[in-house]
Amino acid sequence: MDGRYIASVDQGTASSRCFVFDNGARIVSMAQQEHRQHFPRPGWVEHDPEEIWRHVLSVISVALQKAELSTGDLCALGIANQRETTVLWDRRTGAPVHNAINWQDTRTDRVCRELAREFGQDRFREKTGLPVTTYFSGPKVRWLLDHIPGLRERAENGEVLFGTMDSWLIWNMCGRHVTDVTNASRTLLMNIHTLEWDRDLLDVIGVPAAMLPEIRPSSEVYGETGSPLAGVPVASALGDQHAALVGQTCFEPGEAKCTFGTGSFLVLNTGPRPVVSNSGLLTTLAYKLDSTGAVYGLEGSIANTGALVQWFRDNIGLIGSAPEIETLALTVEDNGGCYFVPAFSGLFAPHWRSDARGVIAGLTSYINKGHLARAVLEATAWQTREVVDAMNADYGSNLSELKVDGGMTADNLLMQFLADVIGVPATRPIVSETVSLGAAYSAGLAVGFWPDIASLKHNWHKAAEWVPKMDPAERDRGYRKWKKAVSRAIDWLDDDDDD
Amino acid sequence: MPGRIQSIERAAAILRLLSGRTRRLAVAELAGELGLPKGTVYGILRTLQLVGFVEQDSESGKYQLGPALLHMGSSYLDGNELRTRALNWADGLAARSGESVRIGTLHENQVLIVHHVFRPDDSRQALEVGTLMPSHATALGKALLAHHLYIAAELAADALVSYTAATVTDVHSFRQELEMVAQRGWASELGELFQGSASIAAPIEDRRQVTVGAIGIAGPIERLCDNGRPRAELVNYVMEAARAVSRELGAIPW
Ligand SMILES: Nc1ncnc2c1ncn2[C@@H]1O[C@H](COP(=O)(O)OP(=O)(O)OP(=O)(O)O)[C@@H](O)[C@H]1O
Ligand SMILES: [Mg+2]
Repeated sequence: MDGRYIASVDQGTASSRCFVFDNGARIVSMAQQEHRQHFPRPGWVEHDPEEIWRHVLSVISVALQKAELSTGDLCALGIANQRETTVLWDRRTGAPVHNAINWQDTRTDRVCRELAREFGQDRFREKTGLPVTTYFSGPKVRWLLDHIPGLRERAENGEVLFGTMDSWLIWNMCGRHVTDVTNASRTLLMNIHTLEWDRDLLDVIGVPAAMLPEIRPSSEVYGETGSPLAGVPVASALGDQHAALVGQTCFEPGEAKCTFGTGSFLVLNTGPRPVVSNSGLLTTLAYKLDSTGAVYGLEGSIANTGALVQWFRDNIGLIGSAPEIETLALTVEDNGGCYFVPAFSGLFAPHWRSDARGVIAGLTSYINKGHLARAVLEATAWQTREVVDAMNADYGSNLSELKVDGGMTADNLLMQFLADVIGVPATRPIVSETVSLGAAYSAGLAVGFWPDIASLKHNWHKAAEWVPKMDPAERDRGYRKWKKAVSRAIDWLDDDDDD
Repeated sequence: MPGRIQSIERAAAILRLLSGRTRRLAVAELAGELGLPKGTVYGILRTLQLVGFVEQDSESGKYQLGPALLHMGSSYLDGNELRTRALNWADGLAARSGESVRIGTLHENQVLIVHHVFRPDDSRQALEVGTLMPSHATALGKALLAHHLYIAAELAADALVSYTAATVTDVHSFRQELEMVAQRGWASELGELFQGSASIAAPIEDRRQVTVGAIGIAGPIERLCDNGRPRAELVNYVMEAARAVSRELGAIPW
């Protein structure tokens, strides 16, 4: 085996990153680059796939350069990616036919309501583990095929290809049109039991089979990178949240993690069989590493957590950087009665209400910017509490601690408040970039850089722990108010709003 | 492009010298270092004194950095920002050294812990973010004070509280140690706060080359030291982490 290091790319919603890890799973180097977010209309969110591809190449080179490494020092490259974001490109030229439609984009609301009426939410759930909502890729493909003249015909002829970000990157790196099971499980097009594209679903959503990638495991060599980074085996692909589960080494049924980034995602490993949710969670693939069969998970997806902090910074301008939200929040003792429900893309788990929009509730003339900053941070914790409750109900046993990771775990005030409102300790592992680490682990397993998943467990160490301190009565009062605020966010949109 | 303004360049050079190793310099010493006539240096010092960027010690007549400048420099970086930007490198330091990691900033002559990574052995540990530690009895404090000599210069003779027999309580020897720390780029503390414990730390600089914090490890003396001296390997890890965080904050690689 050549090379002493593994690199992984985390192609996220806000930025692309590359991390280089050594055999002890320690970070050797990193590079990061943000890409532009396009908001052409309210509720629409797009990315430029070519810009993302350029950034991915550039972060890999910069990360190598910083540690004075070359591609020859790498024994594999892994990929983790923002999920559901949909790219369509021309097979011959490789050029995207449109900007990528982002997972937060709500333009498919009408299509989704029609699909739910025609086919029924239950049948979608049975086949895919998912409700039909704007979040997932299938309806986004349909929207593009409906709105770009001539596209459907080209897609039927196999001239236009569909992929999530993993496919798009692997296509550009290795010239193959593949995706991994975890990404495929987020399209509403794959049958979660057979792990194959589902004829019925393709027909009802209206997606030609000829445009779909081949579904592969999350950990295998898909090919080798071409120039300018030639010769590195590309050996893993996973949706970022699935990668984080692997990075946290949640390999046993009952183990869960929550990753706090743009959105936040609580994923529980449920073992070799899919578990049906009665509480508004998703049934999803956890991962399918080569050595194991498919492992399933339950997921509580929260659309907007860190994105609210970002919005507060960029659109409101009361802070100059995300971490300053904590400083501002610490200028006051509590939220002053103010609650912020960031339903910018509707509400995801456990509500799944695309008709919800953001509200700030409990405003009085007492409220100042410090209270607002508190409300912004607390929104992340309360939303997590809702999915923890759903998880406990669905899985039939209560989480005794929550393993946390992601950029927002740098926020000490938030993590303490989180532990307070979920009522169990929150623990952060020694690598908080678990998405990158999970992609590296999967790639490393594929090429024998690490022997097995048991060896990975040894790398997990507790780096921080926040223990609940809040008086339960106070917590319950807060939760009651939060739920009231949520009820005020729901049912905001009207049928004719997008006309 | 407009030309560079020579007198500003010279003023900057003077400020850099005053922020360096020796906290106080006479006009002649500055002139010698810079290779400039004494009259020129004196003129610049007068102006800097008027805007509060330098001050003159009444006894020795030597010059030192003034309060206006120091305030601008030290109150700059938000501790929450520092924690967020340093997260990955602090984790890496804990993983490599096997010891707990802390990042501190100066807070009214004490060290405020803004970040804490547990020792990676999964033993029971409590988060210490937000606590204050004495600056003269911790490596973090020494690494910080070595680059904020004006604070050290103000220390009263009885300011250095004794915690153990090893605590440095003599102001003069403490200042000497700080000069040594500034020169070699890292600080250590051996049983000076708790008997049997030690710490090693290095300063974090931002892109203006201002020391905005310090990062370090702490643990039992027998793990951190060899023959009564901090282990070179651990010192290297600490310095590398400090450099990585500084680079993250935009400091020029060195
Ligand atoms: N100290 C902080 N306090 C609160 N929020 C923070 C802090 N630091 C970062 N964030 C938020 O965390 C997010 C960044 O975290 P992270 O890097 O894990 O997300 P991300 O990976 O970019 O998300 P995605 O993968 O969706 O692109 C941003 O949305 C930012 O607003
Ligand atoms: Mg991410």
